[in-house]
Amino acid sequence: MTETTATDLLALHETMTLIRRTEKAAHDLFLSGLVKGTTHLAAGHEAVAVGTRSALQDGDYAFATYRGHHHAIAWGATPEECLAEFMQRSTGLNKAKGGSMHLTKAEAGMLGSYAIVGAHLPIAVGAAWSARLRKTDQVSVAFFGDGATNIGAFHEALNLASVWKLPVLFVCENNFYMEYTPIASVTGVGNPAADRAPSYGIPAEVIDGNDVVAVRDAVARAAGRARAGDGPTVLEAQTYRHYGHSRTDPAKYRPDGELERWLERDPLTVSAGRLREAGTSDDDIKAAEDRAAAVVDQAVAGAKAAPQADLSEAFTDVWADGGAAWRT
Amino acid sequence: MADVTTAQDVVTYRESVAEGIAREMRRDPSVVCLGEDIGAAGGVFKTTVGLFEEFGPERVWDTPISEQAIVGAAMGAAMTGMRPVAEIMFSDFLACCWDYLANEIPKVRYMTGGQVTVPLVIRTANGGGLGFGAQHSQSVENWALTVPGLKIAAPSTPADVVGLMASAIRSDDPVVFFEHKGLFASKGRPAPDGHVVPFGEAAVLRQGADVTLVALASTVPLALTAADRLAAEGIEAEVLDLRCLIPLDVTAVLRSVERTSRLVVVEENPYQGGWGGTVVSVVADEGFELLDAPVKRVAGANVPLPFADALEDQVIPTVDKVVDAVRSLATY
Ligand SMILES: Cc1ncc(C[n+]2csc(CCOP(=O)(O)OP(=O)(O)O)c2C)c(N)n1
Ligand SMILES: [Mg+2]
Repeated sequence: MTETTATDLLALHETMTLIRRTEKAAHDLFLSGLVKGTTHLAAGHEAVAVGTRSALQDGDYAFATYRGHHHAIAWGATPEECLAEFMQRSTGLNKAKGGSMHLTKAEAGMLGSYAIVGAHLPIAVGAAWSARLRKTDQVSVAFFGDGATNIGAFHEALNLASVWKLPVLFVCENNFYMEYTPIASVTGVGNPAADRAPSYGIPAEVIDGNDVVAVRDAVARAAGRARAGDGPTVLEAQTYRHYGHSRTDPAKYRPDGELERWLERDPLTVSAGRLREAGTSDDDIKAAEDRAAAVVDQAVAGAKAAPQADLSEAFTDVWADGGAAWRT
Repeated sequence: MADVTTAQDVVTYRESVAEGIAREMRRDPSVVCLGEDIGAAGGVFKTTVGLFEEFGPERVWDTPISEQAIVGAAMGAAMTGMRPVAEIMFSDFLACCWDYLANEIPKVRYMTGGQVTVPLVIRTANGGGLGFGAQHSQSVENWALTVPGLKIAAPSTPADVVGLMASAIRSDDPVVFFEHKGLFASKGRPAPDGHVVPFGEAAVLRQGADVTLVALASTVPLALTAADRLAAEGIEAEVLDLRCLIPLDVTAVLRSVERTSRLVVVEENPYQGGWGGTVVSVVADEGFELLDAPVKRVAGANVPLPFADALEDQVIPTVDKVVDAVRSLATY
């Protein structure tokens, strides 16, 4: 198991705070009309992203969903690149051609955020297959929601990963809801991802997705198995989203008291508690949080000041030669 | 079909598929194949015979019946340094993994601002004429044509199979490669060593001054046979094989119409939404003054494909239908 020192944990706490602050900024910028389209905020899911990334190596691959801001940042995208993308600026992470749902930081191995539920699971399997073909020790991770476990691509991906024994981690962020409907009301098993894994011969664990150390440890175990040639793992991280599904959702369908109960287990509260237990002073924790806040404040200012999307970009990047020509 | 076989026509279209793939696998170790029954079995159409024996199980992978996993995994591998060649057994089954062709593969480069490339080939057996019924006979090249971001090749001869396969596999863009089931048994000249047919170059297979016939894959031999028959009546048809739908060589079409002033497009996919509609719209827009007659499209009928041979003939292009269309223009 990976050891997590107090110093490690403080760094994880700082990155989680960076994500939380970025999500809050995205929310506020949306309300002030500067972010268009839609956003699916991941506040509440930070520990899954940061815990997973911290247990992996440079060179590993990640594939996320439209609820993917936390993963982009955990894999090295800056808050400013992300906010500039949401605000349609030319300095955006995807040159303002992707938006909130498609954040990608390919140079860091974060190979995209996909908005067709479940579609990226086979793609992540393909990256793991490629690692095996190229004889590297890379691992590929697919992050997905509980809702994705009922789509065919999930099942095809698990089976193929199992029969080919590929180094892939299937990390389900079970936040107990799809858009507005509880996953339990449409699924034949209690743990939507983990309970399916045995039928594909894949080991699975249900873990506390709000505890960054629990996530980190489980991912380290799964990645170790993958790198040793022992094939895929399903991790079902139980967590909760603090905002509604997307920017238009006030989340009225949640029973009274549910959000409050989960807020007591806020991943930042959990990691701060662990830090105090490990002897980190409140001042050091606050200093880390202030650093994160300052980065995001600067990011907001930088994104606001950045130029709007470059119009010529509408006709670039269709083909590998950079262009968009479809005819002679 | 045209009986234009000569003594040099010694290789089949079918074996040229495996030959084209094998040539690329020999020169580039990042080329890998995956699909249902493509390994030791050699493919249900025998288009991958010999690959497993030559390259082994680490380069030629049998998959479960999981079209989404096949094409999705090919995409992930293509994004991370491989050049996968995925087989979808019948092109009708592309519907089972259409998300990947419509939403994932053609979009990911653009929507990431050019951060990734997807150099893959999806090969598939396309088209009718063999009595396989409504779910195994469709010509679906027009499905792919509706999606910006996919390149599309559809060869008509064994040498073009090899030459276009080379371009497809070497392409850094995703390619959908339609192999026509009705042509698998047809023969032609072998492709010379190192044969590469660039994408987006139509071939003028027959010259003529009276009418341009634009064809693709199975409709190429149809158009050539029709042209022979029309020649006996004193009508000289020029026959163009587009070879690719994207990039679409509309320049070659316009150049030919400039000579002939008449255009008939022969396409097996349905008239509704067929690729001929795109070809004639470009000609109407940019070549209107070149035309001395209305354009005609000989296309699949807008019905599901029936099973019986005689019924199928009613609804897919035939030599008679092409000849009739040209005659109606000649007297215009
Ligand atoms: C194939 C497909 N069907 C439906 C949708 C619409 N949709 C977007 S998000 C979503 C809910 C997904 O829930 P879950 O997988 O639990 O992820 P979460 O949003 O909770 O993170 C739905 C139904 C979609 N994007 N793709
Ligand atoms: Mg959910």
